[in-house]
Amino acid sequence: MTSALTHLQRLEAESIHIFREVAAAFSKPVMLYSVGKDSSVLMHLAMKAFYPAKPPFPFLHVDTTWKFREMIAFRDQMAQKLGFDLLVHVNEDGVRDNINPFDHGSNTHTHVMKTVALRQALDKYGFDAAFGGARRDEEKSRAKERIFSFRNAQHVWDPKNQRPEMWKIFNTRIAQGESIRVFPLSNWTELDIWQYILQEDIPIVPLYFAKQRPVVERDGMLILKDDDRMKLLPGEVVENRLVRFRTLGCYPLTGAIESDADTLEAIVGEMLTARTSERQGRLIDRDEAGSMEKKKREGYF
Amino acid sequence: MRHIMAKSLAPTDGVRDYLAAQEKKSLLRFLTCGSVDDGKSTLIGRLLSDTKQIFEDQLAALERDSRKHGTTGDDIDFALLVDGLEAEREQGITIDVAYRFFATPKRKFIVADTPGHEQYTRNMATGASTADLAIVLIDARQGVLRQTRRHSIIASLLGIRHIVLAVNKIDLVDFDQAVFDRIVEDYRQFSRDLGFQTIAPIPMSARYGDNVSARSENTHWYSGPTLIEHLETVSVEEAAVELPFRFPVQYVNRPNLDFRGFAGTIASGTVAQGDEVVVAKSGKSSHVKRIVAYGGDLKQAVAGQAITLVLDDEVEVSRGNMLVSPAARPQVADQFAANIVWFDEHALLPGRSYILRTETDQTSATVTDLKYRINVNDFAHEAAKSLEMNEVGICNISTRAPIAFDPFAENRTTGAFILIDRISNATVGAGMIVHSLRRAENIHWQSLDVGKRVRADMKNQRPGVFWFTGLSGSGKSTIANLFEKKLFATGRHTYILDGDNVRHGLNRDLGFTDADRVENIRRVAEVAKLMADAGLIVIVSFISPFSAERRMARELMADGEFIEVFVDTPFEECARRDPKGLYARALNGEIKNFTGVDSPYEAPEKPEIHLKTLGKSAEEMVDSLEHWLNERDIAEDQYDNGGGI
Repeated sequence: MTSALTHLQRLEAESIHIFREVAAAFSKPVMLYSVGKDSSVLMHLAMKAFYPAKPPFPFLHVDTTWKFREMIAFRDQMAQKLGFDLLVHVNEDGVRDNINPFDHGSNTHTHVMKTVALRQALDKYGFDAAFGGARRDEEKSRAKERIFSFRNAQHVWDPKNQRPEMWKIFNTRIAQGESIRVFPLSNWTELDIWQYILQEDIPIVPLYFAKQRPVVERDGMLILKDDDRMKLLPGEVVENRLVRFRTLGCYPLTGAIESDADTLEAIVGEMLTARTSERQGRLIDRDEAGSMEKKKREGYF
Repeated sequence: MRHIMAKSLAPTDGVRDYLAAQEKKSLLRFLTCGSVDDGKSTLIGRLLSDTKQIFEDQLAALERDSRKHGTTGDDIDFALLVDGLEAEREQGITIDVAYRFFATPKRKFIVADTPGHEQYTRNMATGASTADLAIVLIDARQGVLRQTRRHSIIASLLGIRHIVLAVNKIDLVDFDQAVFDRIVEDYRQFSRDLGFQTIAPIPMSARYGDNVSARSENTHWYSGPTLIEHLETVSVEEAAVELPFRFPVQYVNRPNLDFRGFAGTIASGTVAQGDEVVVAKSGKSSHVKRIVAYGGDLKQAVAGQAITLVLDDEVEVSRGNMLVSPAARPQVADQFAANIVWFDEHALLPGRSYILRTETDQTSATVTDLKYRINVNDFAHEAAKSLEMNEVGICNISTRAPIAFDPFAENRTTGAFILIDRISNATVGAGMIVHSLRRAENIHWQSLDVGKRVRADMKNQRPGVFWFTGLSGSGKSTIANLFEKKLFATGRHTYILDGDNVRHGLNRDLGFTDADRVENIRRVAEVAKLMADAGLIVIVSFISPFSAERRMARELMADGEFIEVFVDTPFEECARRDPKGLYARALNGEIKNFTGVDSPYEAPEKPEIHLKTLGKSAEEMVDSLEHWLNERDIAEDQYDNGGGI
């Protein structure tokens, strides 16, 4: 008889179970697709969960208009290849007011173009459940979050009063206007994600692999000059360096790392000796103490 | 510079070997629990630090936080690493469970750091429900406390069989073996009947690291393993694969007419292509035609795998049912006994209706009998009328529809359920099924040829229950009496159930506590249902202040037969009228639990009939009731005719 499941098989089964539970219990679910490696894994798991059918829900990308160009190209390519229903939402108010990370800072930019944009999209389509790729090992307020995480009609998370979550029995009941954020990757670690990408040969955005790229050193981070909207400050120069990204977001807010890892094996090898966490490359987490929790309470993923 | 990462040290060709080794590691899920300030979060911080799971940027943040909120002087306060919520750092306590991940060369670990405060017991239970082992921390200076016992009992009820007894802060009792031995003896005595398979006591200082990952120089009298050594080697294998096949159907996958797959996660046992399976609730048998998976069909699958089964023939199976082994079937019943852990600030009340949810099934349920409450200090079984928040008890449960289950002791997946409040949708309790009650298996409903329809037709009327709710003195009885006279005058067969009268007979044993009020309503609702079944128009005149009970009554009746009549008279007016002099006495404090004074009245949100009495006569009210009744009868006659009867 077959022996016990491997670590990744167990994680995979748990995630698939969560996907199916949402499809069975909610009337209008959506998957938040952020184009990063976790989203790639999430999408792969969704394809598995409903095979031979397609996932019975659309994928939503909240586009801040400041994502790396390679991310947008990859997104459109995946949508075409897998044939899923892709919705793209942009906060047009923010575009009109020209909200951007350079002039308004990461806080305002993220709030308007990401958090508010997400709330707009959820309200517009009336989604009652939204999958996200957050993992508990990423950040300490995420370590506290339930797999099925309740949001009131204003999309607010109340971390001090979460529903108990017993076994794999999920409370999927909500009133009109309320919703649930669902995190199928809750129990995965960064290493698990990479191992799984390697094992399943899952396509990811090329930005994760090392390559010569034009970067500018700013505030202790290496920022990729992805387009002409980024103006150089006095003393700054664009240099071509061998870099890659451990995590992907808005390009002005995402730091590259110097690395020669240009294969999945090399990336995992590098990770095993890493001395900093992946979110260190994210400017938004460092703005203030407890900043992730605050953003999450307001409706950020 | 901070953004520069060291060049990879591990040779790339070694990575695949490394990963292959990772894959073979087993996983242990455990929790830390115990009383407040016994050092749970500190221990986890220590484990993460000793196993090199803390990155440099996290360490820098931790040092910043320690200076701001820390409670350990100049040292790093490891608790701040896991207390991830702002409120937790500010108050220096753990509110909710945090999940952390670490690995040693031998094993991978997911640890749930759970809160010690009694008010957050539900979060401790959340962490325990997915764990196989519990580290129970004890402050060596304090010994076994009330919360130590409560957490141990809950861990035991939730099926945890392995305990590490971490006698922490041993440095603060000068590493005294006598203190350690006394605590261990106390705990063994107390936990004798909790069914733990292993209890591993370890003297420890989480703050300084004694016996966590390194053997302590200060406890030469202790020869057992360090905590890490124990966690790496303890065997907790629950052989779910060895149990009979259980497959709770989660989702029916039907992309087109040619494919109908039952998706779910195997709760126990194994299944192979060609196996015979039985639908638990109907007893219908079929065979497994395919085990569908992305990337190709499987020959067989085992407990824990999330798969999709295609059966040989078109048997009726939907979400909530179970495909099972024909040789060893689960029980199917609508009455069973269960251990309940209660989470909600509103007490569990026998008779109140809740939503019961198993992994994939859902039905409404009531607690028919609270057999006893367990005293967490000494396990005494205490008589109780309700279960308060964080209390544990054993109850008889009755569900609207039968569910398929195994006793929790035999199967942790198919023997568990949660209870959900109907109005707030809060998860109010967790249940572990002990056994089914024979009654449910043996008593079948008598099917009678003379039915409700025939009886009602003979009376030339549609039966129904007019449920009058409203404050004392709002005019319920006056309007109800007048209404009955009018109905009688038009040849209808009626009966009035009046709150005061029923309390003189059927319900004379009930008082005015919340629990008794629920039971009062339940009995009246059941009587009203029987009368409606006899074809009568029943008029119930009851304050019935709680919407949950009115909803329970509504659900007892057939669709459309429950007519909620809200007799809406403002409190001030009722108190002014005060026909029985009760308001004067209640406001004086002579009557306790008086609705509207010191007990709440939950007004109906969508009553079928809303009577605003202020400035109107009782006759006018009855006119609008009669009007409503006539409209309904006309509507139903039309429907009947349209139906071709």
